Amino acid sequence: MSRSTKTSKQAEQRNISLEVEQLLHMYKQMMSIREFEEKVNELYLNAIMPGLAHLSIGQEAVAVGVCEALEHEDYITSNHRGHGHCLAKGAAPDRMFAELLGKQAGYCRGKGGSMHIADPDSGNLGANAIVGGSAGIATGAAFSAQRRGTRQVAVCFFGEGALGEGLLYEVMNMAQLWKLPVIYVCENNLYNEYTPYAEATAGELTDRPKAFGIHVEVVDGQDVALVYDTMKKVVERARRGEGPAFLLCNTYRYHGHHVGDIDRAYYRPKEEEQEWKTHRDPIQLLTEKLLGSGLVEQKMLDQIRSEAKTEIDSGAEFAINAPYPDVSEVDQHVYA
Amino acid sequence: MSTPDTTVREITFAEAVREALAEEMRRDPTVFIIGEDVAEAGTPFKVLSGLVQEFGKERVIDTPISEAGFTGLAVGAAMTGMRPVVDIMFGDFLTLVMDQLANQAAKIHYMSGGKFKVPLVMRTTMGATRRSAAQHSQSLHVWPSHIPGLKVAIPSTPYDVKGLLKTAIRDDNPVVIVEDKMMFKIKGVVPVEEYTIPFGVADIKRTGSDISIVATSSMVQVALGAAKLLEADGISAEVIDPRTLYPLDKSTLIESAKKTGRAIVVDEGYERYGVTAELASVIADGAFYYLDAPVKRMGAMDVPVPFSPALEDLTVPTEQSVVKMARSLCGKDQ
Repeated sequence: MSRSTKTSKQAEQRNISLEVEQLLHMYKQMMSIREFEEKVNELYLNAIMPGLAHLSIGQEAVAVGVCEALEHEDYITSNHRGHGHCLAKGAAPDRMFAELLGKQAGYCRGKGGSMHIADPDSGNLGANAIVGGSAGIATGAAFSAQRRGTRQVAVCFFGEGALGEGLLYEVMNMAQLWKLPVIYVCENNLYNEYTPYAEATAGELTDRPKAFGIHVEVVDGQDVALVYDTMKKVVERARRGEGPAFLLCNTYRYHGHHVGDIDRAYYRPKEEEQEWKTHRDPIQLLTEKLLGSGLVEQKMLDQIRSEAKTEIDSGAEFAINAPYPDVSEVDQHVYA
Repeated sequence: MSTPDTTVREITFAEAVREALAEEMRRDPTVFIIGEDVAEAGTPFKVLSGLVQEFGKERVIDTPISEAGFTGLAVGAAMTGMRPVVDIMFGDFLTLVMDQLANQAAKIHYMSGGKFKVPLVMRTTMGATRRSAAQHSQSLHVWPSHIPGLKVAIPSTPYDVKGLLKTAIRDDNPVVIVEDKMMFKIKGVVPVEEYTIPFGVADIKRTGSDISIVATSSMVQVALGAAKLLEADGISAEVIDPRTLYPLDKSTLIESAKKTGRAIVVDEGYERYGVTAELASVIADGAFYYLDAPVKRMGAMDVPVPFSPALEDLTVPTEQSVVKMARSLCGKDQ
């Protein structure tokens, strides 16, 4: 009896440490994304990065919680605010930065840029700059996985602004009809660009997937453990052949629609931003949880943060020093 | 001793399409057909009749009426190991799929630095005079031709459609193949043995020495009919079919014009900013010093296609209008 109790206690201990290990991994991932995005902001403001930059600071728990529940072979599609998704699915910061700076060493040889990171090696079918534009691709990847008889699932990341695009409804309909293993992850950061989402969204947001009979989950998108647990559930469902799911993650974008969207008071109050940053920050919430468990010390978290910062700094350095593509690249890869 | 030649037979354009699809689906299990009413219905034109019986509903897939949706789905499937053949019933519905075609399928290979391929075929239709009015009669093949990353085939005979469609399915790029719905029933010689037709190789449908008529799709038959009439006037017309708009066999067009010194381009798309403009410019540029007359363009009239037969027939080039233009270029009109 006592022996069995002891064994079960050990198992419990193991489970707790496993959980802590996983939470620490997610902490590291979120910290990497935040450091990455802060660096993007810096590069952009210093005119080192050309084009457009849409930062995902504040939304890290969605990217990380979702991708933590995926396997390497699973697919994602991302959107214009997609650096976090790509990193969480396994992209390396140095090649990400290289792409953002239009360098040859970038994931797309500098031809895609910030809004088009694609990486077959990590199952990333590409970020997309057409709002909702990748909904077909993700659904098609799920269709292909089903027809090829693999266990893969596909995740489509999009913001609540994509709910205005018809394509999403066309493919959700087919996904449910054919029980495709696709998870539609909707990040509701409250703003369609510069417009509060409520001004652009009639009815209840979740009624839309429900109309197709799609399984719906709603989570606090700032709680990475909750995002992960819920995602794991819907992924398992999809792998069992039970069809698509719609995961609504309520979250917040700390920065503007893009770097440069500075005067935001006309569409959202500063107090609201401050409230989220102070009380709803996903990294802060996880820090409290970890420290509260008594199994993790602040020192450990500081070290993770400093390691993440070092990796990001050296990744950016690599990209800054990397060469631009040769001019001969301009008409390469138009056709396969 | 004579044995019947089993390698030569005549089949319809629709049968040629069906044979190409069936052969490629037997050869490659990743090929599938997706679109509206493609399975039991075999499309409203009955082009696909019988395929679902052989390949099942898993590979001949009926969809909801969601052109953008199933095109997008096909793009994702193509990126992950499959070879979809997307059926867009009427070419007019290209309007509905343009984002998935032009912003997604066409650009993914380039935007990903060559990492992803999109081996997708989109079959759609063109052609007026079916009394189908303005939203079911347009010939919009110039739209995909404008977008880098897409290839466009525009066959004019059963032989060509079979060979070009098989090539399209084996191509690693998105290919739009545009079939004139008025031609599904025309017959032509198609060998029994397997063959493919490479892209970017024009076909000289008729040789001649006085004038070159470059014609596409349905206009090839019009051009051949005109050539026959011109013969009576002592005008020897050469008829060239580019077969693919991209890649384009510029040299065959240019060489023909150099030989004859005169050229007309005939295409069923709208004339303004159309296929005829591009082809005429290729010829004018490449054969400038050999030309005895300006290169002339004949496209569809720049109006929404009218319903009334009395009006619709006025909108497309005919044998008579091509003859008139050719005679004028050759200095034979009185």
